[in-house]
Amino acid sequence: MMRHIAKLIALMGMVLWSANVQAVLTIEITRGLDIGTPIAIVPFRWEGPVRLPQNVSDVIEADLARSGRFAVLPKKDFFSSPHDDTDVVFKDWRILKAEALVIGSVRLVAPEKYQVQFRLFDVFKETQIVGFRYTISANMLRAVAHQISDIIYEKITGEPGAFNTRIAYITREEPPGTKPAYKLQVADSDGVNPQTVVRSADPLMSPAWSPDGYRLAYVSFEDKRPKVYIQSWTAGRRELIAEFAGLNSAPAWSPDGRSLALTLSRDGNAEIYTMRIDTREFKRLTFDQAIDTEPSWSPDGRDIIFTSDRAGSPQIYRMNASGGAAERLTFDGDYNARASYAADGKSITFVSRQQGSFRIAVLQLDSKTTSVLTDTTLDESPSFAPNGRMVIYATEVRGRGVLATVSSDGRVRQLIKFEEGDIREPAWSPYNRELQFKE
Amino acid sequence: MQNRRHLVTSLFIALVLAGCAGEQAVKPEPTATEAPSAQTAPGADKTGTTGLSLSERERQRRAELLAQRRIYFAFDSSTIDDEARAIIEAHAANLVANRQISLTLDGNCDERGSREYNLALGERRAQAVEKMMKVLGVSGNRIKTVSYGEEKPVCQEHNESCWRQNRRAEIVYK
Repeated sequence: MMRHIAKLIALMGMVLWSANVQAVLTIEITRGLDIGTPIAIVPFRWEGPVRLPQNVSDVIEADLARSGRFAVLPKKDFFSSPHDDTDVVFKDWRILKAEALVIGSVRLVAPEKYQVQFRLFDVFKETQIVGFRYTISANMLRAVAHQISDIIYEKITGEPGAFNTRIAYITREEPPGTKPAYKLQVADSDGVNPQTVVRSADPLMSPAWSPDGYRLAYVSFEDKRPKVYIQSWTAGRRELIAEFAGLNSAPAWSPDGRSLALTLSRDGNAEIYTMRIDTREFKRLTFDQAIDTEPSWSPDGRDIIFTSDRAGSPQIYRMNASGGAAERLTFDGDYNARASYAADGKSITFVSRQQGSFRIAVLQLDSKTTSVLTDTTLDESPSFAPNGRMVIYATEVRGRGVLATVSSDGRVRQLIKFEEGDIREPAWSPYNRELQFKE
Repeated sequence: MQNRRHLVTSLFIALVLAGCAGEQAVKPEPTATEAPSAQTAPGADKTGTTGLSLSERERQRRAELLAQRRIYFAFDSSTIDDEARAIIEAHAANLVANRQISLTLDGNCDERGSREYNLALGERRAQAVEKMMKVLGVSGNRIKTVSYGEEKPVCQEHNESCWRQNRRAEIVYK
């Protein structure tokens, strides 16, 4: 077990060294499966005059190790180093008890143009499972590596991977003697390459990805009260969406990307509204004295789930996306809030108070069974990965705000720590649409 | 750090308050379930005083209340307890007596639970104070409410003695 962890830490060290940008997030695996599919990843061949900007096979290795579903075999034990299918001697890999083998190569085909090729083999059957070749520019090398990890993950486990994704989150730093500084950042889902999208001296909250992955909605207190903005996270262009009297908060995108559900208190207390982004027409959906907030659309666009304390304490309710009667979904415990759907629409994750501790729970909508995934005390803001198999959330470790991911069965857990200050309110992006081509 | 902030706040209050004895409000008051500390019931202390007249004691009492700028709440609650009511009454009287003054009520929560729900709960706390002030005769356009939810805590620790300080509505004179 300790050897396994030491190997993982060594792997992470390699990934950080080979990345050109400094990672400010560090990942610790706090609980993993002892049994994973044994997989051998042979370092990809690179023929080039200079060092490769991103070590593709290192990224793949770190992804698969991080998932907790694979036992990545140590390179020092390898008997051979194949790069083409004709070089593979399967006996060499059966001896190591590998079940899967990954080989590949990277070469420069034009100035700043790289060709990345990989093959995944079934060691027992001695057959190739899948292989692809990509021609890309340098800034896509890391995304291609994550895409390859997703393909390998899916072929072996039968489930889609979520490596080629991003996370958005809020950070708060308060260096001694200065005022707090807030940032909205986006990083790869492995914590590498964080980019600051918004900087503010006032609080930022509730980042929400548009379904196409290009924009973020969020709440900003830069005018000393909460307002909702939408921003293209790469181009930086932003629009002020809601600045009504009272609250403007909890933005949630409709699956078609055309509307936001929001919490506004313009009519006296917190209610759910939907708003067309283009016309700014809005419609009120809830009409009661209770707090109604934290809306989230179902993936088919038909329903909105939300938090309401109309029964005396916060619980999760579901109503039609055009409003109307709301059906209560949570009955276990006296505090259930901040619900959002998995991409298949079949389950929701939310914060649930259990014996005074705030934990992450998942409710299966058809069977109405709830499972609690965490055993810590100050968990909040859960967000599903687009494959529905992991949940990222905010928690507290030794007095600092950190992020954590947990598998949807609760068995594999990791921490993501920010170098300075606190990190909170994670939102997992949709799948990365930039990389759709392959030969 | 916290004591310094409180000192700055109370110095600021002392500057802002006109015609006041300049009492300092430094520590958060304990909740109604604990033994009362500095605040005594009005008119109850006829014995053992330094010989001030009743009206002077009343003035002193009101000055002490006016120097309190924070209303505290129980977890998940926006109910105003007796101690909070006394503070709100003093400020409402101040506003009624001085028609040119206006103020903002900032609603806040402790860190537990969900941030957006806490943003709404903070608003409910500010609105609870606003409603009481209006009942006491303050016209609505002199009061503004804002919520910061759990985003502007006065302390960062993860325990009840810090959380209690964060569950508050702040009275901010313009």
